[in-house]
Amino acid sequence: MTRIPLRPLARILQAREKGENPDAIEKENIRQRHEEMRDKARRRAEGRLLVLGVAFVCAFAVVGLRMGAIAASEPREPRAAASGSEILAQRSDIVDRNGKVLATNLFTHSLYAQPPVMIDKERAARELVKIFPDLKEERLVKDFTGKRKFLWIKKKISPEQMQAVHDIGDPGLMFGPREMRLYPNGRLAAHILGGASFGREGVHSAEVVGVAGVEKVFDDYLRDPANEGAPLQLSIDLTVQAAMRHVLEGGMKLMQAKGATGIILDVHTGEIMAMASLPDFDPNNRPRPAVEGAASDSPLFNRAVQGLYELGSTFKIFTVAQAMEEGLVNPSTMVDTKGPMTWGRFRIRDFKNYGPELSVTDVIVKSSNIGTARMALMVGTPRQQDFMKKLGFFDPTEVELVEAPGAKPLLPKKWSDISTMTISYGHGLSASPLHLAAAYASVLNGGTRITPTILRQEGPQRGERVVSEQTSAALRDMLRQVVVRGTASFGEVPGYFVGGKTGTADKPKENGGGYYKDRVIATFASVFPTNDPKYVVIVTLDEPKTHALGEERRTAGWTAVPVAAELIERTAPLLGVRPQIAPLPEVGITLTSN
Amino acid sequence: MTEMVYGAAPVKSGEPVLPRWWRTVDKWSLSCILILFGIGLLLGLAASVPLAERNNLPQFHYVQRQIVFGLMAFAVMFVVSTFSPLMVRRMGVLFFFAAFLALAMLPFFGTDFGKGAVRWYSLGFASVQPSEFLKPVFVIMAAWLMAASQEINGPPGKSISLALVLTIVGLLAMQPDFGQACLVLFGWGVMYFVAGAPIPLLIGLAGAVVLAGMVAYNGSEHFARRIDGFLSADVDPTTQMGYATNAIREGGFFGVGVGEGQVKWSLPDAHTDFIIAVAAEEYGLMLVLVIIALYATITFRSLMRLMRERDPFIRLAGTGLACMFGVQALINIGVAVRLLPSKGMTLPFVSYGGSSLIAGGLALGMLLALTRTRPQGEIGDHFLRRGHGG
Repeated sequence: MTRIPLRPLARILQAREKGENPDAIEKENIRQRHEEMRDKARRRAEGRLLVLGVAFVCAFAVVGLRMGAIAASEPREPRAAASGSEILAQRSDIVDRNGKVLATNLFTHSLYAQPPVMIDKERAARELVKIFPDLKEERLVKDFTGKRKFLWIKKKISPEQMQAVHDIGDPGLMFGPREMRLYPNGRLAAHILGGASFGREGVHSAEVVGVAGVEKVFDDYLRDPANEGAPLQLSIDLTVQAAMRHVLEGGMKLMQAKGATGIILDVHTGEIMAMASLPDFDPNNRPRPAVEGAASDSPLFNRAVQGLYELGSTFKIFTVAQAMEEGLVNPSTMVDTKGPMTWGRFRIRDFKNYGPELSVTDVIVKSSNIGTARMALMVGTPRQQDFMKKLGFFDPTEVELVEAPGAKPLLPKKWSDISTMTISYGHGLSASPLHLAAAYASVLNGGTRITPTILRQEGPQRGERVVSEQTSAALRDMLRQVVVRGTASFGEVPGYFVGGKTGTADKPKENGGGYYKDRVIATFASVFPTNDPKYVVIVTLDEPKTHALGEERRTAGWTAVPVAAELIERTAPLLGVRPQIAPLPEVGITLTSN
Repeated sequence: MTEMVYGAAPVKSGEPVLPRWWRTVDKWSLSCILILFGIGLLLGLAASVPLAERNNLPQFHYVQRQIVFGLMAFAVMFVVSTFSPLMVRRMGVLFFFAAFLALAMLPFFGTDFGKGAVRWYSLGFASVQPSEFLKPVFVIMAAWLMAASQEINGPPGKSISLALVLTIVGLLAMQPDFGQACLVLFGWGVMYFVAGAPIPLLIGLAGAVVLAGMVAYNGSEHFARRIDGFLSADVDPTTQMGYATNAIREGGFFGVGVGEGQVKWSLPDAHTDFIIAVAAEEYGLMLVLVIIALYATITFRSLMRLMRERDPFIRLAGTGLACMFGVQALINIGVAVRLLPSKGMTLPFVSYGGSSLIAGGLALGMLLALTRTRPQGEIGDHFLRRGHGG
């Protein structure tokens, strides 16, 4: 590039000689340089603009081609494998403590339609309705003739149904293989297992996800391919569970109750051997949550774990346990039971007047509210709170069911002396039957804290100590006395040394404002055998009533106790507890020698 | 004679404004813009009905609004396109300061309409999104700065405009509105490229982007999953993208028919970000290709016309406006066909939206003003001028 000097001396001198303005030369030179620069910039920009323009045209062409490619592609059936994560169809089985199957998978097919390839849509709809009476013919015809290119008809069909659909012979009706969850025992252990449904689904497979109970809590474990199909072993025993459900169902009918709950808990390992809540449901066909009525009356509601009830006099044993543990009383200490007992504006009464005073054992045997309240006052509020907390009444149970964390016991907002007294006999604190089972196991097994579990355990739990061995033994003896000569006399099962405590609590009205006079929750919390405790059995009936000795009776002694006795009689042999037959009385044979 | 040769005098100063406008304006682009707007109304008839029903308004409420906004946009576009480049520059720069101030004040006076990003001023009867207006006038501002830097003893315009673009990107990212931030950055980059960015720098930048992408892919699982999901052939049918893909497929070549589409009922943004899916479903591939061709024509023609332009300001401003317009359309359609990851961006002149429409009118008006035929000191111009000069 030749550069032009802005002030070429020769030309300026020339201009001066001619009398012209020399600045014009400089200006002209600057202008020329500017023009040159502009031309250069334009040439460079020309190329770059062309590059840009072509790039844009290419990009638009690519977008257009891609659009064309998508538009030209056949509509595919939905495929669930999105974002690279494959559906894992293999879900582990669930088995009971002896390896019997509780939940497994079944290979089945789903039925779907591709209307564009269907031949005779009306006929297909007509035939389908014959095979599946729950389908609506008009609806199917509308779906088939509309714009839809894909629709599910049935999520699960049987081999016979599949053959029948196959025989319709329409190429637009197709089958997608999949695994479904099967509960071969039907309603047994329905609440524990919960249920499963399809998650993401495509035509080639579908994901099975747990929706409640164990299926939901262990969803990740059950779906984890790393387990290689190893089953999940629960603590429950299928035969015991079956017996329990049978007995409870019969008892519920006999006592005209609207619900029943049973729990059998191993006092040493914390394993739940059986747990049932009635009414129940079939997890193979899990009902939808009810839209009306109380959720706690729904078959889906697990009363044993989710139900929070005032459990009544069954709590008295905890008061006595604590009073003994603190050294305030022993089983034969006499306690003032003069009634009615007044405290501020509250009055505490007993079911009957039991006289001026009773021994601690008799307070339990006769179930005296006044005697228990007096002991609670001796213990005092802070210590009672500590003890209840130790027994697990402050937190939800830690059992491995998805419903458990929601059931946090209802405690009094302000824990006054009157709360202390009412809680001592089981009012003013609502907890689930499973809380009660765990607390009974904790004080009766020798005195160490038990956390209930639904999984098979290898050995006993070594929990924190809550009461001493001696206290625990004395409590078992008192409970035995309740059955031998107290409120639970129907609970005697020969050979098994059953001990237990009844509890009858008036039901609080749903919308607040006091208690029903004629609706109760009747509970029997028992342990057997009392001389060598193995199992805690809880039976709770919701609104039972029975007619006996010319009277309408609702108390637990008449309702829950006989059911529990039947339950223990049926299940104890299955649990492997041997009855202790008292030695035969000496037969009156006189040996003679002759 | 000297004056005529060097083009210092105005072209036939006596010629009336309108005939001169008609003679010099790019009629192809103008027609394309008009057709696009017509298509936008047509699609609005289909796509905005579900929204109106959801909001309990008359069925064609949004279409009527769109027509009103459209007329305003056309008025703006026409008036601006009659401006001389000098006028465009002056107005643009003034407008830039106003829009910049409005953007900067958003955190204090703006609303988010419950959508989580503070992008709008609520004026009661309508809302205004300053970033939409800032985009075109920023291009003018940056072009002016860059052009000035090319003058002898000019200011360091490129550095100043870089500082400006980074400030704006920061403000937009704060809202957050990464889509607009990318667009502004892209516009600046294109202008810098045309203004003569050194080749080694461009290569270095490209390398840095690739490197950063690889580092992010290997380092961040989240990022990697996004990319994998984007690259994988299967699309989850329950996502927006899934619906859009399905709609395109259902539409096929000729569409399912007017008003028969389903996707507009499932996608909340059917009338803005995913309007192309509605077009594809109801009118088929044909209409989509027409739309793409229209955008491509406007962008390509404008760029080609700018190739002959000697004035650096006009060239740069025009380039920025044309590319921003083109790339916005490209991104919007690219998202719908899953060539690009999801990014909320409207289809200019077609999507529903007052701010975007009027700002679009402003941008295209300026583009038309800048791409008008004007003498470039070429031999043909001399003949032309001589002819007119008599």
